Amino acid sequence: MSVIAPKFRLGYFLKSLTDNAFWSVVLLTLVGVPIIQIVLFYVELPVVDGELVNPFLALTWLSHPESIVPLVKALLYTDVFRIAVFPGFGFAALVAAGTIFVERKMLAKMQLRVGPFYCGKVEGILQLMGDGLKLISKEIIVPARADKPLFIVAPLLFVGTAAALVALIPVAPGWVVADVDMGLLAAFAVIGFFPIITILSAWSANSKFPFIGGIRALHQMVSFEIPLILSCLGVVILTGTLNLSEIAASQAFFPWILFLPVGAIVFFVCALAELERIPFDLPEAESEIVAGWLTELSGMMYGLVQLGSYVKLYAFAALFVVLFLGGWSGPLLWPPLDEQLINDGINAGPVSAAVPGLPLFSMEFFSAVIWFVLKTAAVIFFILLPRGVFPRIRIDMLLQIGWYRLIGLAFVNIFIALGLVYAGVIGPGGVI
Amino acid sequence: MDGTVGAASASAAAPPSPAGAGAPAGRLPPGLSVERTDERIMTLNVGPQHPGSGHMRLVIQVDGDYIVNCDPDPGYVHRGEEKMAEYRNYVLNIPHLERPVIHDSCNVLYPYCLGAEDILGVEVPERAKYVRVIASELNKCIYIQYWLAIYGIFLGHSTMFMWPAGDRELLIDLMEKLTGARVTHAYFVPGGVRNDLPANFEDACLRQVGYFEKRIKEYADIFYDNPILVSRTAGTGVLSRMDAVRFGTTGSVLRASGVDFDLRKREPYDAYGEMDFSTPVLKDGDSYARSRVPWLDMMESCRIVRDALAKMPKSGSVRTKLKPNPKGKLPHEEVYRRVESGRGSLGCHIVSEKKPEPYRVKMSVPSFRNLICMPNLLRGEKLGNMPAVYWSLNYWPVEADR
Repeated sequence: MSVIAPKFRLGYFLKSLTDNAFWSVVLLTLVGVPIIQIVLFYVELPVVDGELVNPFLALTWLSHPESIVPLVKALLYTDVFRIAVFPGFGFAALVAAGTIFVERKMLAKMQLRVGPFYCGKVEGILQLMGDGLKLISKEIIVPARADKPLFIVAPLLFVGTAAALVALIPVAPGWVVADVDMGLLAAFAVIGFFPIITILSAWSANSKFPFIGGIRALHQMVSFEIPLILSCLGVVILTGTLNLSEIAASQAFFPWILFLPVGAIVFFVCALAELERIPFDLPEAESEIVAGWLTELSGMMYGLVQLGSYVKLYAFAALFVVLFLGGWSGPLLWPPLDEQLINDGINAGPVSAAVPGLPLFSMEFFSAVIWFVLKTAAVIFFILLPRGVFPRIRIDMLLQIGWYRLIGLAFVNIFIALGLVYAGVIGPGGVI
Repeated sequence: MDGTVGAASASAAAPPSPAGAGAPAGRLPPGLSVERTDERIMTLNVGPQHPGSGHMRLVIQVDGDYIVNCDPDPGYVHRGEEKMAEYRNYVLNIPHLERPVIHDSCNVLYPYCLGAEDILGVEVPERAKYVRVIASELNKCIYIQYWLAIYGIFLGHSTMFMWPAGDRELLIDLMEKLTGARVTHAYFVPGGVRNDLPANFEDACLRQVGYFEKRIKEYADIFYDNPILVSRTAGTGVLSRMDAVRFGTTGSVLRASGVDFDLRKREPYDAYGEMDFSTPVLKDGDSYARSRVPWLDMMESCRIVRDALAKMPKSGSVRTKLKPNPKGKLPHEEVYRRVESGRGSLGCHIVSEKKPEPYRVKMSVPSFRNLICMPNLLRGEKLGNMPAVYWSLNYWPVEADR
């Protein structure tokens, strides 16, 4: 068999790393220095401590952390940071990018091939960036007889809705964009928007294959939403709350999947169908209807829908973790820092900085985030796995599974939960 | 969907239009016809630029999710191979006559070589007959793997696309060792084969075939025994035994409908009479049976290759040289020879008229005969079954167009 990819060699690996570092420095200098010059020329910068704010001041701040740490800490606790960076969209997009990379490499390993290899030199990690650049540089073509405003706005709506779903997910205690009491209900309200956006995009393209794909997506999403909602009722019965943070906190000692395995299975299958993953990827079945409701989308519009669908994948996996796997709960990975260190600062050998509050996050926070990410990654892995194993199923079989099997199983799950509560095992006044 | 009169489609694709259809046909440019569409009926053009079609077009009319009419429209890759054959002599015809199915190039060339030997009056050496059987069966495996890969991706099973496409490389390497070319071998010539087996070919061949047999069983594990695949393809596009005979289908389609017809058994050519193998026959006649028969065929091909390697004479000539410049000495006669290829019985009708070039070469290809029953199978099926039924017919568009 012809050799497709060269063997791994440490020398080449190190050379690729140094190459990347070299080009980063060169490009940053070539692009960054002119930008700084332009900014300094046009923008009137504020004066702090009798000195004009400039990038070199950052070095001074680093040598005097006691003045910058409170600023950074204040920034971390703003709403903008939460929405844009950590529990919000930036984090979700990062997970989505990782998911795409892992999916491609994992699928390649299952299929006895190499997968992305050359772009970025180290196992093709920059392949996604290359694909994104290609999509951005492509022309956006709108069909002549399409309903233009709706057609253009639909991909943006798709990403926005996926991001709205992410906003409801609690990642660590207190770290959630929107901590609503009706969190679970709000999540289902947001999920209910996806079929509408899909059919809008499909219909506004005014083309045959997107239309069939949109109708398929509508059937699929609407009929799988019912078992999806019903499968969560068991957890709600056991915890007595709809707040996602409280549901996650209630599983500090054991996850609900131990008591409600049936509900977890129903939720997982419904999530596969809602996400249009194989074997339920009928709305995008390429051998039947080209690319389904994505057929007429071009350039970055297609890229936005792909980004949205992977963000949605992260959101569903995170919802599964919060509902059934105990969210962030897990044993502490490090011992908590002692009070003296937090109050007085770090004093270790040559490094000595008496900066109060330097660990920006507590060890509990780090532990919670790592547990959450690990659990979510495991769920995402199992969502990706069927793509290498199963063929696509047919729409009538799909609807039969949704309406006959899954709804029945969801009711079984509810009865299990009710039985647990009435037998006095769990719930108010229960044994556990 | 839009309810307006659909765009005039090519005449070959136009369904029988209802009475009083649109404008009088006289005003239209030639080749076009007006078609009145029902509000419920939507016409889909599957191909030639559709990921679910080959080099051909299916005009499909759907009512909701059901196909009410299907009109295959082949002819996008017509290359005039038969006409080209009239201007070249019997040996120069070899490289271009294998082009219709390059993945099965030995078998495509086989009936032409048999017929040309009859006309030129050359005897094939005993060893060459066995070498031909080995090359033909290996090439059949290569073709079926390519077919299986596309069947997998048509059903959304990407692993089933990659596995056969990767394993196929091993057999292609083997054929490269044997013939010198990876895909278009041009290995069979009137009078034998072009060159003898290379050194150590038998060991390499047995090793590859052994590995390949192991992999075939793994295909069954991941694909054929998959419950989703079985529930999806079983019972779709059923072709009854009588219909299979009536439509003139051949090969795996015919054998999946319960007819035991294999030219290697019925009319043994070259060394097939001495080979020990069986013909797989299934009774269901649905898409699943039609896709399972080629898989069983691959097993039998491996068996034949082992058998031929064992029974082959260990030394001897593999090619009878033709007499130079046979002008004026060729007889005036017609021959028709046929062989069992990867898709079914493939025939070649050669008419000779005392000239170095054949007067007429007509290839009777299995793909076109299997295509004929497609509208009957697809009518009334769901749209999701279209790729499963279409590709299970073992239809190779390029071969049908020639």
